Amino acid sequence: MDAWHSLKIPSIPEKIHDVEASVAEVLEEHDFSGNAIFAVRLALAEALANAIKHGNRQDPDKQVSVKFRIENSSVTISVRDEGEGFDYNNLPDPTAPDRLELPSGRGVLLMRSYMDQVTYNDKGNEVTIVKGRGVEKCAQ
Amino acid sequence: MTDQERLLVEPVNEVTVITFRDKKILDEAVIQEVGDALFDLVDKQYKTKLLLNFENVEYLSSAALGKLITLNKRVKEENGELKLCNIISEIYEVFRITKLNRLFEIYDDMEQALRRFKRRES
Repeated sequence: MDAWHSLKIPSIPEKIHDVEASVAEVLEEHDFSGNAIFAVRLALAEALANAIKHGNRQDPDKQVSVKFRIENSSVTISVRDEGEGFDYNNLPDPTAPDRLELPSGRGVLLMRSYMDQVTYNDKGNEVTIVKGRGVEKCAQ
Repeated sequence: MTDQERLLVEPVNEVTVITFRDKKILDEAVIQEVGDALFDLVDKQYKTKLLLNFENVEYLSSAALGKLITLNKRVKEENGELKLCNIISEIYEVFRITKLNRLFEIYDDMEQALRRFKRRES
């Protein structure tokens, strides 16, 4: 089992690409499947966007902490912001007919669909996502 | 053909075909630039029959989906048409999960999509 890799980024949306690209590079080195890497990049980009925009409200003095670890068959990534958290159990369904044309609110749905596990800490300011190395999860 | 940094814009009869140059439309700055360029086509160049060609796109975030939804509304306000084509299966899955495949008209290829635009009444 590998040790945790940690990094911190300022709350600037342009930093999202750097983080997801460097994580994807590590996954490629560890022979994760193309589907798994696609899923992780997408979910990680959503987690980081939520942390920067909603958690830290793009305050450049606040940071987003990212930790990830590769195990034999999966990668675990946690993304933590300095915000107040949110009630992750009571998010409205973005696929409901009356919400379908709203321009936002799909990030958590995509994370849950593409990852094997998505969990939050009690406060709701840290999300942990887990994805298996090669078996593509059948999205709901 | 108009050559922009983010988009290739090409008229095909009455339809404006827009090909994304970016492989990834994840980054906030990229999404903003792509969105501005698309809205300019409607608001400043009065193009209202738009076909978005996704053949180069490998990654798409929910923020990019939001931009497409807003563009779709804008085009509808002008009684125009917005269609999407050449979406790889991984990206189509994103539309399916979010049920946006019900909101957008999505076609396998450009020829098929072009045939479905309404003809100008003479």
